[in-house]
Amino acid sequence: MGLQAFIAERKQQKDLLVMAHVVCGYPSFEENMQELEIMAEAGVDIVELQFPFSEPSADGPLFVHANEQSLKAGTTVDQCFELMAEVSARFPFKVLMMGYYNTAFKMGEEVFVERLKAAGGVGFILPDLPIEEAGSLHKLAAEAGIEPIILMTPTSSDKRLAQLGAASRGMVYAVARKGVTGSKTNMGDDVVALIERCRQHTDVPIGVGFGVSSKQDMDFLRGHADMAIVGTAALKIWEQSGSEGLRGFFKELMA
Amino acid sequence: MDIFDFSDGREGYYGEYGGVFLPEILHATIEELLECFRECKADPKFWQDYMALLQSYSGRPTPVTYLENLSRELGGAQIYVKREDLNHTGSHKVNNVMGQGLLTQRLGKTRVIAETGAGQHGFATATMAAKFGFDCKIYMGAVDVARQRPNVFWMENLGAEVIAVEDGQKTLKDAVNECMRDWVTNMADTHYILGTACGPHPFPEMVSWFQSVIGLEAREQIVKQAGRLPDRVYACVGGGSNAMGLFQGFIDEADVELVGCEAGGEGIGSYMHSARLAYDDASVGVAQGYKTYFLQNDEGNMNKTHSVAAGLDYIGVNPIFAHLHDQGKARFEAATDAEVKETLRLTMRTEGLIPALESTHGFVVALKEAATMKKDEIILVNMSGRGDKDIFTIADALDDAKWKSFIGGKADQYRAEKK
Repeated sequence: MGLQAFIAERKQQKDLLVMAHVVCGYPSFEENMQELEIMAEAGVDIVELQFPFSEPSADGPLFVHANEQSLKAGTTVDQCFELMAEVSARFPFKVLMMGYYNTAFKMGEEVFVERLKAAGGVGFILPDLPIEEAGSLHKLAAEAGIEPIILMTPTSSDKRLAQLGAASRGMVYAVARKGVTGSKTNMGDDVVALIERCRQHTDVPIGVGFGVSSKQDMDFLRGHADMAIVGTAALKIWEQSGSEGLRGFFKELMA
Repeated sequence: MDIFDFSDGREGYYGEYGGVFLPEILHATIEELLECFRECKADPKFWQDYMALLQSYSGRPTPVTYLENLSRELGGAQIYVKREDLNHTGSHKVNNVMGQGLLTQRLGKTRVIAETGAGQHGFATATMAAKFGFDCKIYMGAVDVARQRPNVFWMENLGAEVIAVEDGQKTLKDAVNECMRDWVTNMADTHYILGTACGPHPFPEMVSWFQSVIGLEAREQIVKQAGRLPDRVYACVGGGSNAMGLFQGFIDEADVELVGCEAGGEGIGSYMHSARLAYDDASVGVAQGYKTYFLQNDEGNMNKTHSVAAGLDYIGVNPIFAHLHDQGKARFEAATDAEVKETLRLTMRTEGLIPALESTHGFVVALKEAATMKKDEIILVNMSGRGDKDIFTIADALDDAKWKSFIGGKADQYRAEKK
């Protein structure tokens, strides 16, 4: 089942889906597995597996540190795909690759799409690959039934949103605010206005990310967005209080 | 050849290199910048204002100096030097910075950020910000902060805030990443003064345009002084802005060879260098907003780089050079740390010139080749910056015992004052 159909099916049971995030190999692959088990138990719908990159310029301090430590520990692309294959086979949530374009570019776009598909991934998020540069990769992905997740942002003009909308498939990632991952976002009229503007330019479901960290954020997004995207907040909890903390975090978030 | 005529190809591309690889949130900011830059480039008044500013504030035109002693001693080519070290703030960096300062005013922005390696670009940016009245934040790798304290001292005293970047390798590339993070947050009032001809379009073109003043002047000067065009021109290449500046004066001349001099660090096979084109260790990749040759591993993660010169210690190279290299229109060589120290001693003793460690890389290759050339041949070297303000680094590099004892004495004095 493709990403969009999966989201539609899940949305019949609940009004706001959740996407979570794991940096492959950080703190370790064993701990990744424990985190993912907790996410599956909690009913998380989609997980992004971030392939670590040495220059994560769109990420905030916590993920920068995670990328760096993971690479320092020797994480390879092979290991990331192995993790992806294992979790896609084992858990009911769908899995996306998240990372930077150089990872795909270096292995070759064709190989990237093949390996992603073979590992059970259904899409990818490459925040430093604008649509102007994505033509060949998006074409290969379409042929393989893999969805490229387009980002829409508060600084995107209507003209730009129209271009982004035309390229969107599977779902759209709406970036709730300026900045990098991991700081708090004030969920307010701006976010609602952004989602409404995005809706005018695409028919695919919309997930909202950047600074989503609490049940209040979830309550706020319900009725506006199709999905809440939780990244840094979960890693922060894991670092502070391990599996008990993370279980509690998702339980409260998804109550 | 107009390398910036994109009508036959893709905007912002030089062969297969260049482009814009940035988060979507910056799309509008880059569009705004590109539009403003196009207006400036098309407006003769802008260039006039820029020239007037460089003349009145930064001391342009800088001279070309004939190195009589070294030419005689080596017995080969006649050696001329373009003196970018005589700019205010001590390097060519000020050219680009003043240009982007004027552009920041046009953009209506009030805050500037910049990355810096050796500190010369940060120093120039802090100076410009003080003059123009902009808020200024400089990002600098923690390793570079430690090895370039005098520049940090001046930046702070000029009113800039200097942030020591603790991520990654803690050098220039990490400072660039941190600038990107600042920019995606504060683009509404902030312009990113990128210091070299790298990064996303239009930065390579824009920085090259501002630095082209070096080559335009140098061409006129050498023809006047030497009676003809040089046979070869040399410049050090970190990101590549001073070399692009110089080369643009000669790029259309089939008989002038362009030689870029990269940081060979500990030499071929050491994997402790920053030679992207001269050695075979780099490959094509996409990072920091653009596509070029990077020193990276098979999975696309960047390798550790090294140079005695912090300003050359960088993973990627100007995409225009990657293209010129492919086309055989420029030649790239590398100078090792050891050669740089030796050549610096030579230029100081023989000519009374103190080039920055970065610029000395150009001298290493130029002097080596000059000795093998004929007496009626002419070469021109870009002295992109002066070394006297890098006294800590150079004293370290030269392992000067008297300097060490002086610093030891100073340290004792400060410790005593603290008590």
